[in-house]
Amino acid sequence: MSVDTVSLTGWGRTAPTTALRFRPRTYEEAAATVRGCGPRGSIARGLGRAHGDAAQNAGGSVLDMTALNRIRTIDAGSGRVVCDAGVSLHRLMEVLLPLGWFVPVTPTTRYVTVGGAIGADIHGRNQHLAGSFSRHVQELELLTAGGEIRTVRPGTALFDATAGGLGLTGVILSATLRCHRVTSAWMSVDTERAVDLDDLLDRLTAGDHRYRYSSAWIDLRARGRATGRSVLTRAEHVPRYALPARARRTPLSFRPGPLPSAPALVPEALLGGAPATLFNELRYRGAPTYRIGELQRLAAFFHPRDGLPQWHRAAGRAGSVRYQFAVGHGQEEALRRIVHRISRRRCPTSDAVLKRFGAGDPGWLSFPVPGWALALDLPAALPGLARFLDSLDEEVAGAGGRVCLAKDSRLRPELLAAMYPRLSDFRSLRAELDPGGAFRSDLSRRLSL
Amino acid sequence: MKDAFGAPQSLLVLGGTSEIALATARRLIALRTRTVRLAGRPSPALDAAAADLRARGADVRTVGFDALDAASHEAVLGAVFAEDDIDMVLLAFGIAGDQGRDEEEPLAAVRVAQTNYTGAVSAGLVCAGALQAQGHGSLVVLSSVAGERARRADFIYGSSKAGLDAFTQGLGDALHGTGVHVMVVRPGVVRSATAQATATGTASGTVPAAPPTAPRGGAALLAPERIVAARSASARFASAPLEASPLTTTPEAVAEAIVTGLRRRSETVWVPGSLRAVMSALRHVPRPLFRRLPI
Repeated sequence: MSVDTVSLTGWGRTAPTTALRFRPRTYEEAAATVRGCGPRGSIARGLGRAHGDAAQNAGGSVLDMTALNRIRTIDAGSGRVVCDAGVSLHRLMEVLLPLGWFVPVTPTTRYVTVGGAIGADIHGRNQHLAGSFSRHVQELELLTAGGEIRTVRPGTALFDATAGGLGLTGVILSATLRCHRVTSAWMSVDTERAVDLDDLLDRLTAGDHRYRYSSAWIDLRARGRATGRSVLTRAEHVPRYALPARARRTPLSFRPGPLPSAPALVPEALLGGAPATLFNELRYRGAPTYRIGELQRLAAFFHPRDGLPQWHRAAGRAGSVRYQFAVGHGQEEALRRIVHRISRRRCPTSDAVLKRFGAGDPGWLSFPVPGWALALDLPAALPGLARFLDSLDEEVAGAGGRVCLAKDSRLRPELLAAMYPRLSDFRSLRAELDPGGAFRSDLSRRLSL
Repeated sequence: MKDAFGAPQSLLVLGGTSEIALATARRLIALRTRTVRLAGRPSPALDAAAADLRARGADVRTVGFDALDAASHEAVLGAVFAEDDIDMVLLAFGIAGDQGRDEEEPLAAVRVAQTNYTGAVSAGLVCAGALQAQGHGSLVVLSSVAGERARRADFIYGSSKAGLDAFTQGLGDALHGTGVHVMVVRPGVVRSATAQATATGTASGTVPAAPPTAPRGGAALLAPERIVAARSASARFASAPLEASPLTTTPEAVAEAIVTGLRRRSETVWVPGSLRAVMSALRHVPRPLFRRLPI
């Protein structure tokens, strides 16, 4: 097991803190690390894709789980996979796709670990049908504060606290997943443009149930009548028989090629409002008004940005803040107000995504609630951004909504209980299972989780 | 913990009656700060400062702290850090001294040096060690433009700040990569009620590097007779055109610059920002000429 002292941040590259990083190769090493972690506790970390400070532990221990990366069994008949928590979704796709299986849920990057996916209870473009990641977990092994390993199954309080629990109930060591059957690695993508926000909400409400994957890119720089204009992309897996002859020869091949990394220093001039406006204009005008049945490879559809490693550097030296919130059905007015406020403020953002959520998940700190979720990246250096986001928080909380904790790096702690009604259950379960505070992170300190 | 914008949740102020420190604390309480510890010599001014911050919604406690008693720093500050994490330490104590008298009474000059430099070295190192152990936090040190180049008019104060400034820069480099952020703040002439009262008789006010900057918790640290002396000095120079200079600043402006510096994780902050250019020019003025400058 290697040990070193490192300065860590989330994917947004804000608020660095230093911790002792352990890289356990076996469950025993992980258990020994947790038992000997000292007063500042420990937290598991995967590939560092959480945007905020969920996988940092200032002055304490951080368990880098990426060395625990064995896929233990695959049942090619039923799609049941048992793997270590440090296995990435990228690796799972490489192994599973040739066998005709696909991960049940994938976010916009496939470089997340299975443990991280459960800890953050990630959702993808199929949330409205398939729910979030932990809904497809049949069983997991959890290393608890005392250093013993417990098997946790859905339906128990510990499972609901662990799914979306940001690693604060213990270290997830392995998981049993149920995968999704596919016959090709191609997607059939339908694209349409929505002229404004109301148009977009109508289209999402009317047609989402017909597609397995659906989300909309929304232009938050557009103002006036065009506020909320968007490009809606929805897709299905293509059955093998529907592929063109050439693609049918290797229907399940999955070899996404990485491009060179983003440069370490991006000129600040490229990050301002004018380039964002230009980019958004081109993206909106460049999208077809209506197109159906476009064939795209899996990686191109789900993870376009994974082709550019280190793309988070493009946010500039000060890093970025990801703001993601959800409000329930019936709160469209609040959503409209927030979208109008963001677009009036002229925030330089060009990757905002609106998604219609289906049923929520039982995880106590799980993010999805039935309704609407909007996510956007903002440069952290933007003057006055802290107060602006605080005022958006008030609006979200007032509408009974919530912000996503896995992406948060700046929420006002007082609002948390209003956003997550099961927070007190989570706190009391932690107090009972982990009275000594063996599991802590910067996020848990900041929000007193 | 600090959030993505560098706003701390807990603050320790060394020199708890400093106007700059209190202006900074007020600003930070409006953002995220919920816990404030004001360290200073017990005095009515310290209690009043605590009450003011408490009224703004923070949990405030005062801590008995004497910059001159370096032997006690470890115990006093260690107790504060033992309670809970401190996200930001603002080292704001210091005294302006009285150049004329200090030149005649070497012991008084030594007191300036001991407060501004030796005391800050000891307190700074204790805080740096504690911050390093917790793996995060900011140490913000109030230096002064007076430390940038020694002037005839206030070289005793200036030299103590020069030492503090160099110490802080070195400490910042030593702590690079440990998760601790060290920021040195160099304000110009700070214009405020207390600054007027404690200004030494050296101000000509026409040029930035004029009198010692902020009070730096001076009220608590100055003996009563010193305050009277300082007041008479300031009365003598009340007519000095302090307001006329565009390079003077206010505690609020310094506080604003500190909050911005935290957000940007800056290592050096000049207030006002234009001082940086002015001082880099003044630094290179030949000494025969520098002596003749009316500063």
